[in-house]
Amino acid sequence: MASGRSNFSIRHQPGFTTVAVLCFALLYLPIVTLVVFAFNAGRSVAIWEGFSLRWFEAAWNNERVIEASIRSVQIASVAAVVATIAATMAALATTRTRPYRGLTFKYAFINQPLMIPEIVTAVALLIVFARIKVATGYSGLGYLIVAHTAFCIPFAYLPIRARLESMDLTLETAAADLYATPWKVFTRVTLPLLWPGIIAGLMLAFVISLDDVVITEFVKSGGQDTLPTYMLGQLRRLVTPEMNAISTVFLLISILIVTVFFFISRRST
Amino acid sequence: MPETPERNAIEVRGVSKVFGFGPDKVVALDDVHVAIRENEFFTLLGPSGCGKTTLLRLIAGFDFPTDGEILLHGQDIAPLPPHKRPVNTVFQSYALFPHLTVAKNISFGLEMLGRPKDEVDARVDEMLKLVRMEELRNRSTAQISGGQQQRVALARALAPQPKVLLLDEPLSALDYKLRKEMQIELKRLQHETGITFIFVTHDQEEALTMSARIAVMSAGNILQIGSPEAIYDRPAVRFVADFIGETNFLEGSIEERAAGGARVRISSGAVIDASVAEGFQPSGRVTVVVRPEHARLSAEGGQLAGRLSNIVYFGTDTHFHVELDGGGEFIVRRQNARDDRGTARIGDPVSIVIGAGAAQVLRD
Ligand SMILES: Nc1ncnc2c1ncn2[C@@H]1O[C@H](COP(=O)(O)OP(=O)(O)OP(=O)(O)O)[C@@H](O)[C@H]1O
Ligand SMILES: [Mg+2]
Repeated sequence: MASGRSNFSIRHQPGFTTVAVLCFALLYLPIVTLVVFAFNAGRSVAIWEGFSLRWFEAAWNNERVIEASIRSVQIASVAAVVATIAATMAALATTRTRPYRGLTFKYAFINQPLMIPEIVTAVALLIVFARIKVATGYSGLGYLIVAHTAFCIPFAYLPIRARLESMDLTLETAAADLYATPWKVFTRVTLPLLWPGIIAGLMLAFVISLDDVVITEFVKSGGQDTLPTYMLGQLRRLVTPEMNAISTVFLLISILIVTVFFFISRRST
Repeated sequence: MPETPERNAIEVRGVSKVFGFGPDKVVALDDVHVAIRENEFFTLLGPSGCGKTTLLRLIAGFDFPTDGEILLHGQDIAPLPPHKRPVNTVFQSYALFPHLTVAKNISFGLEMLGRPKDEVDARVDEMLKLVRMEELRNRSTAQISGGQQQRVALARALAPQPKVLLLDEPLSALDYKLRKEMQIELKRLQHETGITFIFVTHDQEEALTMSARIAVMSAGNILQIGSPEAIYDRPAVRFVADFIGETNFLEGSIEERAAGGARVRISSGAVIDASVAEGFQPSGRVTVVVRPEHARLSAEGGQLAGRLSNIVYFGTDTHFHVELDGGGEFIVRRQNARDDRGTARIGDPVSIVIGAGAAQVLRD
């Protein structure tokens, strides 16, 4: 074909621009509004009464917010690290092997948590953990950490497996040829090349855990609110711009994580 | 059985390799025997899929033979995993480590062997000099050209001073001019290092110009092993004659047998005296081969007669295509001389003189 004009281009179809603008507006306008009203001087989340940082200050001085934030980060850190290690091993086991009968089934099995409705998992965990609690008497953060780790694994698994599949296997053969023991092949060649995938998996798992409401709400014991479940509880009672302020900080942290990840992955390719 | 006094770097004894089972079974190597001498530039030559890479992979230890054994300096290397074999490989795709610099790629093998740091550094310097890459030592391997990557791959494989270097079509990704340069470079490196090279190619010209000896492979078998001259001048079977260089094939039947030769009546009715490969007892219908440069055109008195159908000029030489009287085509090659352009015209009747000893009876 001689010119680009003769190719099919979705951008030149009638209505495309309207749909695109509408989608972006629906996505981003509420978030912009939310951020704007975090800086409202009044108590309303709908009527602008002037600029102020009072709600950030209020959130910062709210012990329960800080406590829930710390708990969220604790759970997310442990869950993300453990899930990423498990996902890395799973990805190595499912890609560094000749295809065999049942491999597809295994992929599905690992990714199952992505397909099962979260509420079902939540109820199931609630029932199982309740029994264990009665049997052992333990009611610490362990349950939340285990639950978060479990549902984070498929998220960590996806980018790691993608990276492994795009990796040239002859590099590992070449390392073995150059006197590297299997362990050295792994630490000196496979792992460094896999690193961007692992970082991606880790961050994805971290964000997913930080964000979870449904499973946490079901599994947590009394006084184990994470930031999202705390916010949900507050919103049921009264809505003040303090929620906007917390959400804004949450948003900033997410953007920061994504940006850091972007630079890490760009540097290594 | 008495051992041969000559030292063999690699000895492949009755090696077979079968991939898969049942109807999907692929016999990549079929009872291969070959001995590669120390300090030799040995080439495996054959068409795509004939099992060249498979044989290299078995020697390097990336895969295991279904049958047979491989000896390195007389020792069976079957129990050794790849990282314990004093054999290094230059991969067709180079397989340079993308996360390491040029120098770090070259030092990789030495570091894995646990050599002291100053020895590693000295050796890396030496290797960089050997392949003329000193300026690029700290470059990432993604930021160098194909020819430079090729040289880094060579330096990396040579740095640990392996007993045997395996090269799997290392020049096939390079353009014509660079390939010619690297062919000379490779011969120089082999000469300077004295390491046994096992070189794989499907380019017959490359094999002829570079090797001390060549093994011609087809469909998992080695058909002939010999010096480039032996392979070219005395092909053992029809496939070798066909695969290496250009050849005229004449069908015929044995008229009379003599010591080391035979008189063959070819289908046009002409009779040709041809030599017969050692140990071959031809009978009935046979194929006679003649290289185009071993025949010449004349006005009359040749063994074959025909009509000139095409003249193709190649600069250094000219090919004359002759339509034989009894059917079939025959090509005669003539070196071009400055003051002799010849007077032959397309359509002229010509006679073909086949030089003494140029015709050979081959087995299929
Ligand atoms: N892992 C494998 N599984 C199944 N068949 C294989 C495998 N490796 C090689 N083969 C088959 O074995 C035969 C020889 O392959 P090999 O790679 O040795 O050929 P080659 O001579 O190196 O060819 P090329 O010049 O194309 O590289 C081919 O028919 C190939 O399809
Ligand atoms: Mg090959």
